[in-house]
Amino acid sequence: MSAEGTASPRLFDCRDAFAGALEAVAEQDERIVIVVNDSIGSSKLSGFRKRWPERTINVGIAEQNMVGVSSGLANGGKIPFVSAASCFLTGRALEQIKADVAYSKANVKLVGQSPGIGYGELGPTHHSIEDFAWLRVLPGLAIVSPADPWETAEAVKAAARLDGPVFLRVSRFGVPQLPRRPDAKFSIGKAETLREGGDVAIIANGVMVARALAAADALAEKGVDARVVNMASIAPLDVEAIRAAADLGAIVTVEEHSTRGGLGGAVAEFVAGYRPCPVRIVGFPEFMPTGGIEFLFETYGLTAVGIARAAEEAIALRHKR
Amino acid sequence: MTTLASNPASLERAAIVAKIRDKARAIRMHALNMVYAARLGHPGGDLSVADILATLYFGVLRLDPKAPRDPGRDRLILSKGHASGALYATLAEAGFIPLDWLSTYMKPKSLLNGHPNRNYVPGVEANTGPLGHGLPIAVGVAIAGQIDHAGYRVFVVTGDGELQEGSNWEAVMIAGHRKLTNLALIIDRNTLQQGARVAETNDVEPLGDKFRAFGWEVIDADGHDPSALIDALARPDGCAKPLCVIAHTTKGKGVSYMEDQVGWHHGVPTKVQLDQAMKELSLT
Repeated sequence: MSAEGTASPRLFDCRDAFAGALEAVAEQDERIVIVVNDSIGSSKLSGFRKRWPERTINVGIAEQNMVGVSSGLANGGKIPFVSAASCFLTGRALEQIKADVAYSKANVKLVGQSPGIGYGELGPTHHSIEDFAWLRVLPGLAIVSPADPWETAEAVKAAARLDGPVFLRVSRFGVPQLPRRPDAKFSIGKAETLREGGDVAIIANGVMVARALAAADALAEKGVDARVVNMASIAPLDVEAIRAAADLGAIVTVEEHSTRGGLGGAVAEFVAGYRPCPVRIVGFPEFMPTGGIEFLFETYGLTAVGIARAAEEAIALRHKR
Repeated sequence: MTTLASNPASLERAAIVAKIRDKARAIRMHALNMVYAARLGHPGGDLSVADILATLYFGVLRLDPKAPRDPGRDRLILSKGHASGALYATLAEAGFIPLDWLSTYMKPKSLLNGHPNRNYVPGVEANTGPLGHGLPIAVGVAIAGQIDHAGYRVFVVTGDGELQEGSNWEAVMIAGHRKLTNLALIIDRNTLQQGARVAETNDVEPLGDKFRAFGWEVIDADGHDPSALIDALARPDGCAKPLCVIAHTTKGKGVSYMEDQVGWHHGVPTKVQLDQAMKELSLT
């Protein structure tokens, strides 16, 4: 049995866990360097820069060059962690990520900061709700979206250990530390069942996992038994966890991302070829109007209430079949 | 006046240049045979860059084909990855890959793809093809060498039309800023791009002034003269800047009907044309 229960009320900015874990691994491995596009402050990496100025490579506001340089650093034996706003890192430098990193199998770690709608009112130019979709089609690129500080730190350590390219999404939006058993382990490509349930599976990642757990609590009060799966890794995909979810006959996916091509797309693609069942994809369907983060979550149903409603819809669709 | 016969250094240089010329001829012949067999390729660029690659591999680079990933090796990144025919031919002549691989160029499942892959082919440093990628990668390797105080040098070859890609100038800027003295860019300045003359498309001139303005040392050289290239690529004493060698070349060099003809960017010779090319090259 996995841990159950409600999350702690204190909220954390996962950038702190990212920066702390990165300094810890950098202490152990001098090959680790950081590459930034004037994004030291927004990545919370001023501590790293202070300790290792010679291992801090700031290329200025130049994302294509930033990713190309990182591939070259890997060629020169370094393990670069590229840390930049996810919208610019992934959108501006996509061809470099494809050719210089993924296709080259370069040992480069791409860290998408403030992803999803982390920039809120700054609008769709700064939202990064396309990054999963853009990157998920690149073979060999691991994609990880941690849910809380513990998982963020574990993902940094795992990325440093893995000899190959990784995209790591680090959220600034406050999230609770999820309850976990003391022997909990993180592995890239392995989903984590946070709550067992037999009526519907809610598969979430990133900042949405805590809300998926809250939705499961709400559903329980209505007598609906929801499983909650934290699918931090979109690539490689934990198909065993998706098979088990499809066997329940109703799935909801929740992500701080477009409804097209992300976690929901990955799950739906697999389910279609295994055991088709209703898959309700909760996310953002369009360029969004001006509004703060919580306003946008409310507007598009990325809330406990919205997720619970989508779960009931998926269950209703299953009964119609 | 010092004569070749009386100066051992000149004798050695003469021998090196003779070897480079032999290798460049072989590279040209291989590349054209490969394009002819594959019915596909970029012969104009292969011929234009052949002397540059031959000079690098047989006169400049410190490499061991038996240890292609030696951390201390010099790096050569061919940013104009479409000249893969010339690169593979060079790597074969230099002993990185068997010569008989060349006949597989672009055949199904060949390791010799139309654009080079470092995980398929020993000696290839970067998966180039889309233009404007090699120079940023080279800058990254040079920064790694700078951090480690390593002794290796990083060489990157771009086309001239390729410099229209903005990513190059991001890399040029940071290389000047960081004073990457271990970095050398060689521009294969053949003045032609795929569709027309560079000057008619989006002119890159004044090229040397642009690089100087970004903090680079710039040297113009005849890109078909190995001795001139060797001199240009030697680091000037006390120079604390990255080095840009503008290698003036002729696209299609060595084959009369291909020289300076935009149509031979792509283009596959007929058997008669191939035979003529081999005959002309054998006389060079």
